[in-house]
Amino acid sequence: MSQATQRHDDTDEETLIEVRNLEKYYGDDGMFSPPPVKAVDGVDLDIKRGETFGLVGESGSGKSTLGRTLLRLEQATSGTVSFDGTDITTLEGSDLKRWRRNAQIVFQDPESSLNDRMTVGEIVREPLDAHDKGTERERRKRVMDLLSRVGLREEHYYRYPHQFSGGQRQRVGIARALALEPEFVVLDEPVSALDVSVQAKIITLLEDLQEEFDLTYLFIAHDLSVVRHICDRVAVMYLGKIMEVGETEELYEDPVNPYTKSLLSAIPRPDPTDESERTTLPGTPPSPRDPPQGCQFSTRCPAKIRPEGFEEVSEETWDAIERFREIVRERTRVELGTVDRVKRRAGLFSKYDDIDEAVKDLFDGVERPPVVDDHLTYAVEQVKAGHPQDARERLHEAFGSVCDRERPAHHQVGDRGRESYCHRHREEYDDVESAIRR
Amino acid sequence: MSEPVLSVSNLRTVFHTDRETIRAVDGVSFDVGRGETVGIVGESGSGKSVTARSIMGLVESPGEILPGSSIRFNGQELTEFDDAQYREIRGSGIGMVFQDPQKSLNPVYTVGNQIIEALEENQDLTGEEAREEAIDLLEAVAIPDAPRRLDEYPHEFSGGMRQRAMIAMMLACDPEFLICDEPTTALDVTIEAQILELLQELQEERGLSILFITHDMGVIAEIADRVNVMYAGEIVETAPVEELFASPTHPYTEGLLDAIPGRQDGSEQLRTIEGDVPTANEAASHCRFAPRCEHAFDACEQAHPQHVEVGPEHTAACLLYPGEKSRSERVEHHRAQAETGGDHE
Ligand code: SF4
Ligand code: SF4
Repeated sequence: MSQATQRHDDTDEETLIEVRNLEKYYGDDGMFSPPPVKAVDGVDLDIKRGETFGLVGESGSGKSTLGRTLLRLEQATSGTVSFDGTDITTLEGSDLKRWRRNAQIVFQDPESSLNDRMTVGEIVREPLDAHDKGTERERRKRVMDLLSRVGLREEHYYRYPHQFSGGQRQRVGIARALALEPEFVVLDEPVSALDVSVQAKIITLLEDLQEEFDLTYLFIAHDLSVVRHICDRVAVMYLGKIMEVGETEELYEDPVNPYTKSLLSAIPRPDPTDESERTTLPGTPPSPRDPPQGCQFSTRCPAKIRPEGFEEVSEETWDAIERFREIVRERTRVELGTVDRVKRRAGLFSKYDDIDEAVKDLFDGVERPPVVDDHLTYAVEQVKAGHPQDARERLHEAFGSVCDRERPAHHQVGDRGRESYCHRHREEYDDVESAIRR
Repeated sequence: MSEPVLSVSNLRTVFHTDRETIRAVDGVSFDVGRGETVGIVGESGSGKSVTARSIMGLVESPGEILPGSSIRFNGQELTEFDDAQYREIRGSGIGMVFQDPQKSLNPVYTVGNQIIEALEENQDLTGEEAREEAIDLLEAVAIPDAPRRLDEYPHEFSGGMRQRAMIAMMLACDPEFLICDEPTTALDVTIEAQILELLQELQEERGLSILFITHDMGVIAEIADRVNVMYAGEIVETAPVEELFASPTHPYTEGLLDAIPGRQDGSEQLRTIEGDVPTANEAASHCRFAPRCEHAFDACEQAHPQHVEVGPEHTAACLLYPGEKSRSERVEHHRAQAETGGDHE
């Protein structure tokens, strides 16, 4: 958020943090455990010194886990994070402690991130004590300085967090994060819990502090308009993967990835005369325990590539097929539940027979040409026989395209460092815009 | 316009504590017409949620709706209802959607059981018939694979699906009027878009009238026909939605709109409103926004602003209006209005 004029002409922008092939899996503890949750699933990114780098995504996208992994609050499963040239994923002991000073975090919820039994002064001073910085007197003075710097008063030193408003508590969190003079601060949804007028004040404060202390920010948020305001560059995450990254204004003005396009078009705009066409995505993101084999976004993507041989099938029918696949996928997830299996054995309910109703709901009045009908009929039978997994595989075989089978590459788009994760940037396919318009 | 479905007039809801009486809602009046969506927008402490709870009869001790308040729903005076009558109207006439569907769905019963129960109670459907209707309702709120999901528990639903289930349950009572209190605040933006679309579709299909409460100006712009802006227990501005966003008139509304990132272009500084929302603990004899208002002048501390017409169906409660009068005439105008019945003590 350096001034707009400076924004683009720093040609010698230096990389502060370089993330390569970072993965963070949870619950991956052995051969017999269920598949792990792939919270961060192979991420590359560069954060430049002095910039505000935005990370946006919906819940479950892995954006917070990524932020925490960069700070070693979580141990990476694999990959590297170089900070000023040092790989911090392997630091230990005193090296780790020394590095930690340099990288701090501000959390979303000032309510729960501040210890309510400590005074505000003690909270801000704690990192100084832990790192043995200066004498008693010096620490006190430093805390007083910090409090006034973030817009609090000296007498607030002796108060407790619960006596403060949400905005003031967030100021305390910020003062604490700055106590050790870090270079890099992760801001994890720092204004999400605040009212809009308070939010504006905290954003302005963060902007001023960055200028004054030469800070580099990673700004994590789900609120896309806040990110647009504050960030120089932004990465959009979905299900553990970066879908698109680029300079903020350019990316917002002209998103090229299908997910970014849909996400931006979903934001309610504070302008009742805005009549622009919305792309409303169907369904919800799949479980990060069971992500699609191909592109992470393939179960909801409005631009998804169709496999060859189905050119004649109508949009309507194809859409019904995709939704049917979603239902079958859900049923394989449900199959895992032991309680359900017991219940079913006891004849309490028949989870598998009522698929007819779902099919009727989807395909009523929609034609089912012969090229698709056999596969659908087979899948329905398999579900009824209690084998939704077989149905799922058959549908994948029959109707799966490159989007279902292969992970896309990150494609360079334009010449300003924009990258997008999508097969449609390959030459053989129609571009994203015309695919969504269909 | 025909007779409004809901007509709130001079609603005052207070909370008594040992030390003081908090005037959470302090003289609020507005109508909701048939098939219309009326928004109430405000920050925390504005009184918008207490307004909703007052209408639904959910204000509990130490809270109290003061005499002189009127809430007319289809011609019936709700403030005179007893608990049983209120329960009945919540089971048929008025439906509610909250921010957190967790609170309204019971975790130990399947979603289907809860919807079927609502159908049995309110529509006299039983057995297979009720089950069929429950499936139809889940399909109406676009829950895929409805027959199976009927047998699942709320925790097996995602946040967006739970909100849909909640809406289905409410539709089981076949209401004509919906109160939505921040129904999409806890949801991701792509899911929020789905729910807003769903509410609009249901409104059209079923001719619902909606009172929509939110802090989000973007959501209001999307869904409301008319908007009331609340501040410290009072409505400070009311207008049709296009009019409000095109020409906000009250200094608070202006400030609120300027604080939203994205209303200005990217690099500009956000405007901020200094100070915090005050707690209204005495009758207003002044403008409650005065300590934070950059246009405030002496009289703002001494006269209570009354609603003044500032545009088509557009009023604001601020001493800067009516703009064509001189300052002293304006102050006189507001004082006179307050005496002739604007303010009730
Ligand atoms: S790779 Fe396919 S599914 Fe993924 S975003 Fe591109 S078009 Fe959509
Ligand atoms: S009455 Fe005075 S203080 Fe209140 S909003 Fe108008 S100008 Fe500002």
